[in-house]
Amino acid sequence: MSTNAVERQQGSGSGSHQVLTFVLGDETYGVDILRVQEIRGWSAVTKIPHAPAHVLGVLNLRGSIVPIVDLRMRFALERAEYTTVTVIIVMSVNTPAGRRDFGVVVDGVSDVVDVNFAEVKPAPELGSRSATEYIRGLVSVAERMVVLLDIDRLIGRDLALSAGADADEAPAASAA
Amino acid sequence: MTVDLTQFHAAFFEESFEALDAMEAALLKLDVGSPEAELVNTIFRVAHSIKGGSATFGFSQIASFTHSLETLLDELRSGAMAATVAVSDLLLKSVDVLRAMLRAVQAKQPIDAQRVSDLQFDLEVAIAKKEQHAPVAAVAAAVPASPSDSRTDQGAAAVKSPRWRIRFHPYRELLARGNDPLRMLRELAALGELEVRVDAQMLPPLADVNPQDCYLAWSLELPGEVPEEAIRQVFEWAEGDCDLTVERLAGETQKSVAPTAATAAPAQVPPPAMAGGGAPGPDILSVRSPPESARPRADAPGKQDASVSGLGDSGSIRVSVEKIDELMNTVGELVITQAMLSQLGSHFDGPDAEKLRGGLAQLERNMRELQESVMRVRMLPISFVFSRFPRMVRDLAQRLGKQIELKLTGEQTELDKTVLEKIGDPLVHLVRNSIDHGIESPEARTAAGKPAEGTVHLDACHRGGNIAVEVSDDGGGLDKERILAKARARGLVGADDAPTDAEIYELIFVPGFSTAEKTTDVSGRGVGMDVVRRNVKELGGKIDVRSDSGRGSRFTITLPLTLAIVDGQSVAVGTETYIVPLISIVESMQLKSTGVTRLSGHSEVLSFRGDYLPIIRLHELFGVEPRSRALHEGLVVVAEGDGRRVGLFVDDLLGQQQVVIKSLEANYGHIEGVSGATILGDGSVALILDVPGLIRAASMRVAA
Repeated sequence: MSTNAVERQQGSGSGSHQVLTFVLGDETYGVDILRVQEIRGWSAVTKIPHAPAHVLGVLNLRGSIVPIVDLRMRFALERAEYTTVTVIIVMSVNTPAGRRDFGVVVDGVSDVVDVNFAEVKPAPELGSRSATEYIRGLVSVAERMVVLLDIDRLIGRDLALSAGADADEAPAASAA
Repeated sequence: MTVDLTQFHAAFFEESFEALDAMEAALLKLDVGSPEAELVNTIFRVAHSIKGGSATFGFSQIASFTHSLETLLDELRSGAMAATVAVSDLLLKSVDVLRAMLRAVQAKQPIDAQRVSDLQFDLEVAIAKKEQHAPVAAVAAAVPASPSDSRTDQGAAAVKSPRWRIRFHPYRELLARGNDPLRMLRELAALGELEVRVDAQMLPPLADVNPQDCYLAWSLELPGEVPEEAIRQVFEWAEGDCDLTVERLAGETQKSVAPTAATAAPAQVPPPAMAGGGAPGPDILSVRSPPESARPRADAPGKQDASVSGLGDSGSIRVSVEKIDELMNTVGELVITQAMLSQLGSHFDGPDAEKLRGGLAQLERNMRELQESVMRVRMLPISFVFSRFPRMVRDLAQRLGKQIELKLTGEQTELDKTVLEKIGDPLVHLVRNSIDHGIESPEARTAAGKPAEGTVHLDACHRGGNIAVEVSDDGGGLDKERILAKARARGLVGADDAPTDAEIYELIFVPGFSTAEKTTDVSGRGVGMDVVRRNVKELGGKIDVRSDSGRGSRFTITLPLTLAIVDGQSVAVGTETYIVPLISIVESMQLKSTGVTRLSGHSEVLSFRGDYLPIIRLHELFGVEPRSRALHEGLVVVAEGDGRRVGLFVDDLLGQQQVVIKSLEANYGHIEGVSGATILGDGSVALILDVPGLIRAASMRVAA
């Protein structure tokens, strides 16, 4: 199915897009630059009760409260220490409930690159279903493989789930 | 030479609507019998400035209508006319009509000319009635009306001998079809003492007049002795070319021909004979037979001095909510930057360090003020919603023949504009219900030993971190038997079930449920309560019912403070800071290890002033590592929510401050026990606790 997703992307895309790449462990990931709101340094978050483990908490982003997701934990990578060079990329995702902003903690931001969609290869089907579900495809940039993420799938579902998990006790969860 | 006036239209509408609100408020305050001169002046000024403005912008219908209104008001002001209930009704109706006209013009839609001319007619009649008393108007002959008679809808019966009122609204092509209105009027005049009033609103500027078209309409009155047949005969040939209404004023019979009033043709031409009398001045002429109108209109232009400046004191501008949100966020950032600077400043040393710190302290004070005023911009007092009720209650009470006093309290309670906008309709439903179903007729009340005048009470207050809006009445209360019978009939309740009171009251929120025996235009169609509940739920609130048979009922809408400012107590649990709304806190105290009892192993109970309160350990509920698990090492905050009290176990109390509630739902989702989040002075986020939610969440855990 990821093949189809990539093909759809290729079909609809105007050819090339700018992608923000960032590093997580040894891998390089990329997200559509248009989804990126801002990049900021790490600061302590406020924990949210009953949240999934990878939702670290919330931060104040110029007056609005934004949840922060640790992508390492989301991808079940080894945990890294949060230091002053740890970076949060604030992005917007489309969820069934509308646009939501959230931040992801990554090891470091690399670059902004032009990606030609014709060069995007589908992620190989591996045993684990969840691994490829939120991957749009793979692309080589300067001899490095960049994993293009579908953040709507990756985070949008998370946010919906985390809200839903708390909501089972309160049916009128998110009227927003 | 030409100035584009349209650029001023928006301002004119804005001002006029505000002015009408002021006028309505003044009218409602107006003491019938001994009107306060200042109030009458206010009302007069409003009418005058709307008239001036509308004439300037060429809204001739509005100008013409306000002119009549102004004339009547002038009579009131000069004391020539008594301020009766009928007059004040008439004026209130005029406010409605004016509003409708302004809206129509604003939306560039046609004005409901029929409604306007009807009311204008009533106004003119009211003025005329007064004039007949004046010695100049020796005409009174055929109309034996007493001087104080002001004929309004209710006042119609006051005209002693029955009369015919004829509305003759020719279509534009009337003349072309060979009909001559003048001839018809002459024929009518031959039948009896004819009172003629011409409506020239449709008359275009002279340059645009097509002499073959008829632009005029007439209101006519004839004595009741004239047979209807004779009147209709006069119009026989014009049938199909005009809208004609013949109604008997003092009687019940009302007959109308071609009642297509709304579609009345937009323009007519004056027959030459009428044009002569009506050339100067306003569009509407009051022509009587004999036509010398004795109206003391002359003094009106002399009073221009009291005009534009006196539009009331509610100066305002309209700003989009987004702009305010933006402003608020920016100020929030500024506050954080300022806090950072203050912190930095304290590290400096040197000759100028003291000055720097002084400046920073000043900055902090200013920031605080700025923040508060910006927050306040979004908050509006609930009086914006309440203010519509005096009028509504008055009208409804009158229509239903009940005596009702409306009490408003807590009008200054502030809530967020978005909530404010959505709470209006549910409240209207509730108040209507109270008046229609709740309050009994004066006779029934007296028989039950209650004062004939019922009371409907609207109250708003902050309660337990929520805003509670209450609608209560001292009427008959909810009729449990009838609700139950109806529910059984509809199969909502089994024949053998014996639901509790609360369950019975719950039934009134079922869609389509109504116990009203007859459907009125006020309520009883069974839509309403379910809609009320849905609206309240959409706002994240709830509605409670209490009822006492024979003593009244009380509906309480509890709304969360989506964006309200709340006074909060910051508490520390481990490394986290939470805000407990001050209003839900009863007391905070340190526990002795003896004050706590364990019930069945896990739930802890605190003895507090003769009560036993469950203890909620916040660190357990929220999964936070506390500084200490021993109760006597921390503090217990006794908090109240939904009428229940609990002890919240926390590590420490930090301080009290006003915080703005920020939505967690916007980017995340709802968390049980948390009503929102706020940004603290250092820029970090703290969750605001929702005590009723906490109690629910905690009892769920115990139950699980």
